Amino acid sequence: MATTPTPSSAPATPFAGALRQVDYWWTLYLRTWKGSVVNSFASPLLYVLAMGVLLGGFIEVAPSELEGATSYLDFVAPGLLASQAMTIAFGETTYPVMGMIKWQRIYFSMIASPLTVSEVLLAQFGFVAARTLLACVVFVAVMAPFGVFASVGGALGALLVQVLVGLAFATPVLAYSAALKDESGFAVVYRLGLIPLFLFSGAFFPVANLGAGLEALAKVTPLWHGVDLTRMLTLGQVDWSMAAVHVAYLVVLAALGWWLAVRQLTRRLVS
Amino acid sequence: MSVRRSRVDAVTDSMIHAAGLRKSFGDFEAVRGIDVDVRRGEAFGFLGPNGAGKSSTMRMIAAVSPVSDGQLRILDRDPATDGPEIRARIGVCPQEDTLDTELNVRDNLIVYGRYFGLPRAEVRERADELLEFVQLTEKAKAKVDDLSGGMKRRLTIARSLINRPELLLLDEPTTGLDPQARHVVWDRLFRLKQQGVTLVLTTHYMDEAEQLTDRLVVMDKGLIVAEGSPLELIATHSTREVAELRFGVASEGDTHEALVGKVEDLADRVEVLPDRLLLYTTDGEETVAKVHERGLEPVATLVRRSTLEDVFLRLTGRTLVD
Repeated sequence: MATTPTPSSAPATPFAGALRQVDYWWTLYLRTWKGSVVNSFASPLLYVLAMGVLLGGFIEVAPSELEGATSYLDFVAPGLLASQAMTIAFGETTYPVMGMIKWQRIYFSMIASPLTVSEVLLAQFGFVAARTLLACVVFVAVMAPFGVFASVGGALGALLVQVLVGLAFATPVLAYSAALKDESGFAVVYRLGLIPLFLFSGAFFPVANLGAGLEALAKVTPLWHGVDLTRMLTLGQVDWSMAAVHVAYLVVLAALGWWLAVRQLTRRLVS
Repeated sequence: MSVRRSRVDAVTDSMIHAAGLRKSFGDFEAVRGIDVDVRRGEAFGFLGPNGAGKSSTMRMIAAVSPVSDGQLRILDRDPATDGPEIRARIGVCPQEDTLDTELNVRDNLIVYGRYFGLPRAEVRERADELLEFVQLTEKAKAKVDDLSGGMKRRLTIARSLINRPELLLLDEPTTGLDPQARHVVWDRLFRLKQQGVTLVLTTHYMDEAEQLTDRLVVMDKGLIVAEGSPLELIATHSTREVAELRFGVASEGDTHEALVGKVEDLADRVEVLPDRLLLYTTDGEETVAKVHERGLEPVATLVRRSTLEDVFLRLTGRTLVD
């Protein structure tokens, strides 16, 4: 080489460390994007058609019973959007994390470089956020022709909320995955975590239908906060004080999850 | 032969300095107080069986495993506080492959080089040079899963060189490879050594230690039991030659153990292995001849030079690979 070789260095900031991994996540994404795009285009379309249009066709109730939505399609669309953000976050932080610890051991090669565990996680959560946003952009584009968005601003706001929903799930789930000995623990988190949340957090029916006790329980779940916030934005009926509570809940969960994820992964990798 | 430098150089050129270094996991002490000094340009080895504490030591040197007790300085820095700075300047070839099977061969090098803060164009250029160096240029676009074990190991070595490390750590670089593949790896490592890269490797193969290291320590149960160049260790702890005798146990009606008394005066020392006797002697052929003169009929005999395996057997009473 004619030029003097660049000396390798430690990152000056955690953010700089995370940026060094952009090429990794981008290269990885290029290997898998085709499947994920087809999936993120097809599945919202199928859900909206089946649940919103066909099933929703049987449901004729006053908007007061559908949290203000004028049709079941308008009601269920934001629920499906937030559920998708949750599902992607689970997908990216369960089996792939186990693979990076146990099967391919990618994490070990990463921390053998100047990168630290926090920097590795910062980049990974950045990737999860980008993946969630991209899939939700596709989802929103598919749903828009059905007239489920009261305004463009509401649709854009709903997209940003999905990034927050994604991170609020990704961080604690990754912490859980990093502590698991083997993949059998994932069945538990899917069956007792993801599926009940998906079904009972107000995505498909108003949580008021659950009765007082269960309604209170549903309202402490993270997905309900995500669904309710998304629904306010897509319906254009924002209760700002309640919206602030939702955002605060999700931000606190993401922050707590981040702290746990760094702790658990450090325990696993640095011994 | 190790290059002896002046006292001043030895201090400023210190790549690794460990004193009373310990590592424990709960109640288990993997490394129980070792002193190691490695200078720039040396090829240094940790020889020992599985569980001797070699890998634990290597992980501490790689600044990914906190020191439990004692002193450790890598490139004259403290791994507890300067981990990222140390890791920027060293290369690590782990015992188990940690290649990304989702990426192709060349991309594995490129994304890894980026972790060291190197510009994209430079990393590409280095990746191509390194693929050439480890003879994988034709496999640049191949999937990692399609590579043989030896090729994967060479790719891992190439990856560990992407930041032009001053110190290269190799944990069992050829374990699990067939003899042909091992020789290719050794050849590449030997070239690195000639280029002046400081090599530190662990191995439980004595021939690997003999071929690649200037100086080595023999580890057993978390402690260093001997230190020196391969030749020094053999001269100090063994004889020039070894006569190996294998007796047909059934026909003689005697175990190898029982035969020791009949031959022990013919050698400096006799070791009993499950399948043979080792007679440590200056002239192996002569010793074998004397064995025959006594009417003993071994079914197989072999005369060879002493190796580090014999040193290890002498020091610990056990073989390296069991």
